[in-house]
Amino acid sequence: MMYDWLYNATGSEVIAAIIQSLMPLFLFLLPFALFAVLLERKVSGHMQDRLGPMRVGYHGLLQTIADIIKLIQKEDIIAASNDKKFFNLSPLIVFIGSYAAFAAIPFSGAFLGSNIDLGIIYIVAVTGIVVAGILMGGWASNNKYSLLGAMRSAAQIISYEIPTLLVVVTVIMITGTMNLYTMSEWQTEHFWNWLILGGPVFGIQKILLIPLMIVSFLIIFLSTLAEVNRTPFDIPEAESELVSGYHTEYSGMKFAIFFLAEYANMFAISVIVSALFLGGFQSPIGYVGNLFGLPWLIPFEQFFWFAFKGIFFVFVQMWLRWTLPRFRVDQLMAFCWKYLIPFSFVILLIVGLITVL
Amino acid sequence: MTTYDLIFYLFAAVTLISAFFVVTNRNIVHAAFYLLFTLFGIAGIYVMLGSDFVAIVQLIVYVGGILILLLFGVMLTNKITNVDIKTGTIHALPASIVMGLFAGALGAAVFNTNWKVVELTSAEASTTGLGVMLVNEYALIFELLGILLLIALIGAASMARR
Repeated sequence: MMYDWLYNATGSEVIAAIIQSLMPLFLFLLPFALFAVLLERKVSGHMQDRLGPMRVGYHGLLQTIADIIKLIQKEDIIAASNDKKFFNLSPLIVFIGSYAAFAAIPFSGAFLGSNIDLGIIYIVAVTGIVVAGILMGGWASNNKYSLLGAMRSAAQIISYEIPTLLVVVTVIMITGTMNLYTMSEWQTEHFWNWLILGGPVFGIQKILLIPLMIVSFLIIFLSTLAEVNRTPFDIPEAESELVSGYHTEYSGMKFAIFFLAEYANMFAISVIVSALFLGGFQSPIGYVGNLFGLPWLIPFEQFFWFAFKGIFFVFVQMWLRWTLPRFRVDQLMAFCWKYLIPFSFVILLIVGLITVL
Repeated sequence: MTTYDLIFYLFAAVTLISAFFVVTNRNIVHAAFYLLFTLFGIAGIYVMLGSDFVAIVQLIVYVGGILILLLFGVMLTNKITNVDIKTGTIHALPASIVMGLFAGALGAAVFNTNWKVVELTSAEASTTGLGVMLVNEYALIFELLGILLLIALIGAASMARR
């Protein structure tokens, strides 16, 4: 494990813990956000028969870096009637909430922030901090569009947390663990061991579980999509009604931090869904390292599969964003309370019966 | 002073300072936001005591649920309907007498209790034990609490429909 290696290298628990907790941010999340912003613009461009950014670097590869340099130079505007203290605190709290989730996400067999037993429940808990941060930002902006956006965002996140949690409870009942690392280990080796295909236990239970798990996967994917406020659930920042929702008043690096938190959230939900249903960091077809007897290669391969599944679902989210129109507020609530929640309750009961019998 | 102590005092300071601001702040929305840090600090102290499940439930219920509800309530009444919420001090003398008595009782309890001192061990996951106890020894209480919550939910829904 990474922590032991760092502990031996530095000789101090505190320094090792600090380095380990900063590693996902600097080695993964920041490069990922740079890449994802470019990907979003390229995907949207090609879907609308445009080319997207083309000028900076080869096919616009350095566009995001140029944008970041521009954002750093921007003046940090704080309007006179903003609530200064909370206005400055809000991006920080939103980012802390979304980054804290990465502590329990296994990046590969060798890198896991904290192997706590409550993994997935911990992630659900720290997401609550994001809601408080969003409300804080919307209120402190002292702008009616910001406040409306923040209210909508909070109401939406709270409503869609229910189907998410119900599906998570279903998964916990089948796997018997809340630890994302153990869950990924449980679905190891081949893709037919993935939970979406009934899990590794063969028999009648697997056949019964397959249709239920496919529906559960769709439910949790849609409800987590709503939790990160992406299209078709992006009414909190509906450009045509609310300018851009709770971060309308933010400029420069504070806006960039909100943006980073959004991309971090998108990636976090992708890897959580893949850890629950698609084997997490486990390879679907076995490891090259096992084939050639190179055990040191396996963690790197696991990291590749982790990033591949995560980025694939981020791509699906972008795909949906540039394909589907936005929900209306009443449709949004009806979809959650009249379709997702009853379906997930029924699945929870059936899976309970299956696991007892 | 070990790292453990240092982190404990950090969380304790966060809890106490933000709690002080919650009580003294005149702006009720600010007070609600400071409550976020108080609840977070308490969750941190639960983790330091090795009760991971309680800490996470603290975050889910208080930060994710009650605090957000509180913020909604405060914001909707304060900003949209233009109702002034009174945040001044009233009945200062009786309140300080009662609070002084209460603080005295708490202080007496803290200083007179024969605290059990346990060696610091690395915390173990408490979820499995908690679950087994809930469905075996405390099954009846657990079910009754469930029914109570269900009644509260139905009551809230029927009141909201009116």
